[in-house]
Amino acid sequence: MSHPIIKDDEVDIVVAAIQPDLTSFMEEWRPIFCRFHLIIVKDPDLQKELIIPEGFNMDLYTKSDMDRVSTSILFTGYSCRYFGYLVSKKKYIVAVDDDCIPAKDGKGFLFDVVAQHISNLRLPATPFFFNTLYDPFQKGADFVRGYPFSLRNGVKCAISCGLWLNLADYDAPTQALKPGERNARYVDAVLTVPLKAMMPLSGINVAFNREVIGPALFPGLHLAGEGKQRWETVEDIWCGMCAKLVCDHLGLGVKSGVPYVWRNDRGDAIETLKKEWLGMKLMEEVVPFFQSVRLPRTAVVAEDCVLEIAAMVKEKLGPVDPLFGQAADAMVEWVRLWKAVESASPTPGA
Amino acid sequence: MAVPMTPLLKDELDIVIPTIRNLEFLEMWRPYLQPYHLIIVQDGDPTRSIKIPEGFDYELYNRNDINRILGPKASCISFKDSACRCFGYMVSKKKYIFTIDDDCFVAKDPSGKEINALEQHIKNILSPSTPFFFNTLYDPFRDGADFVRGYPFSLRPGVPTAVSHGLWLNIPDYDAPTQLVKPLERNTRYVDAVLTIPKGTLFPMCGMNLTFNRELIGPAMYFGLMGDGQPIGRYDDMWAGWCVKVICDHLGLGVKTGLPYIWHSKASNPFVNLKKEYKGIFWQEDIIPFFQAATLSNEATTVQQCYIELSKQVKEKLGKIDPYFDTLSDAMVTWIEAWDELNPPKKAELPNGAAK
Repeated sequence: MSHPIIKDDEVDIVVAAIQPDLTSFMEEWRPIFCRFHLIIVKDPDLQKELIIPEGFNMDLYTKSDMDRVSTSILFTGYSCRYFGYLVSKKKYIVAVDDDCIPAKDGKGFLFDVVAQHISNLRLPATPFFFNTLYDPFQKGADFVRGYPFSLRNGVKCAISCGLWLNLADYDAPTQALKPGERNARYVDAVLTVPLKAMMPLSGINVAFNREVIGPALFPGLHLAGEGKQRWETVEDIWCGMCAKLVCDHLGLGVKSGVPYVWRNDRGDAIETLKKEWLGMKLMEEVVPFFQSVRLPRTAVVAEDCVLEIAAMVKEKLGPVDPLFGQAADAMVEWVRLWKAVESASPTPGA
Repeated sequence: MAVPMTPLLKDELDIVIPTIRNLEFLEMWRPYLQPYHLIIVQDGDPTRSIKIPEGFDYELYNRNDINRILGPKASCISFKDSACRCFGYMVSKKKYIFTIDDDCFVAKDPSGKEINALEQHIKNILSPSTPFFFNTLYDPFRDGADFVRGYPFSLRPGVPTAVSHGLWLNIPDYDAPTQLVKPLERNTRYVDAVLTIPKGTLFPMCGMNLTFNRELIGPAMYFGLMGDGQPIGRYDDMWAGWCVKVICDHLGLGVKTGLPYIWHSKASNPFVNLKKEYKGIFWQEDIIPFFQAATLSNEATTVQQCYIELSKQVKEKLGKIDPYFDTLSDAMVTWIEAWDELNPPKKAELPNGAAK
């Protein structure tokens, strides 16, 4: 069975510049990124000029670009990458945090994060029944005995969630309790996260099919006093849970596993603990909500699904914390923006 | 922090092995399995004698023993099929069962070190499962792993693990059509992960390398009617796995899959397999939606109660596909009756599987 080839010019690499000097980041990624078009989005809070090495096919977006498009959506900190998602004209996006570099295998060869993400997105996902040999479309694997034949075609994969060696994406209390722990385990698998299973979708190393799921990856849940460390954010976790709901409803797949990036040590978990970890408190409230969400049959595209979820968030979670009400408003505004940008310059080759 | 030793559980765990051939394979497992009591279930011709390597403590049951012990209820135990192994689960008096096929050898990890499969199973089964929310770094209770950012704290204690499903290097557990198309494919990918299968998700459970907590889920581990006189084969472990998963989901128990790997040495004949599986391949298209939609009542709080309810649903909903399911439904009830007879509840004991 042949699956569509994804061409280099169908992919945008989006990088949120939270720190000003991107030289070492870009040089580390050059062998892998050089073939692709890059969208670099500068954190609006960052005062210093960005330092970006030469030789990349890229577009840079800054505060003035974001202000021109919307003044109500908060594109600060890690959320600035959503602006990159918004203005991209490509079908697929790969996004990597600026404190990550390519991971290496035992022989020192770089793992090609982009190629693996593209492979994950290209090959079908299998959310309706778990395959114990993981992704059956990987070379050397297949569906196991007992896997129903009618489910072997799979569905389109909308999101590919990668992982991290060295500094794993733990929350601050977990990392603070184990300050020396680093993720040294390379798990050579990618698998489809089953239908209805909730998951924490980390934005550190992620790729998606912008055409089918773009509107569901949005900057919604902004914590007060949100900082420039991943420990201090839940924006990706929040939209990730919404995006998984949307995928489940629309019959799209979400994969998790390879590729890995190497995440550099940064920040101090214990320092972060001093800030109130509101994000984790909020997560406790949302689980029963997400378990109960049912989207109507009439919602057949991601935009409609996001609007439905936003309405439910406003109604059910708004009373729990005003941040949820703000998130719901942001989701509605995001869909409006998305439609406006799409109609102004539709994505080619749809 | 020093890593604690994994307990041997040698007085709490039985190893159940079905065989028609011989048990020479135990020789290579000796360093890992000798401390344990074995329950050998001899399939096929009961007059044949099975040679067991010296130094192993075991009990052996052949068809005559099964008939003698169960009387008329022996009809629920398959004949001429490794499904008969579930008789071993029933007669065991231990808390945990490890079952392994006699063509499964010790595997090596990528560093070349031999894998003590039972030790890994024990680690899996003694640590909680996390079926309500997927952890992207897999089993958070393994050394060197943890829950990732965004994982709700209220769900981090997890639930008791009822099943540890291991995998296989070398000959993969493919169905007959896939074996025919890819006769030379070998599983060479060592995936260093254990993960909980989320609630509400079914999976194909393979009985080659499996451990379970008999007290939590034993009565649901019925391997169905296969082999001699039956219209299908090679669906025994599948059937058990679907029943087990529905019941585990209902009772709030966890099922893990992944490590440990064993080395599966023998490729079965795909033409023979096709004959056995043929009907199953069609039937599973109805069986899967049945299990996906199956719900159990709030009154079903023990495994036995859940299983009896499930058997009624099998009769009602699958009976129309083929009379086989009528017979299977009755056999499921017989199995529970036999289980309860051989395993009467101890006086002060709570019903097993009750969780809330």
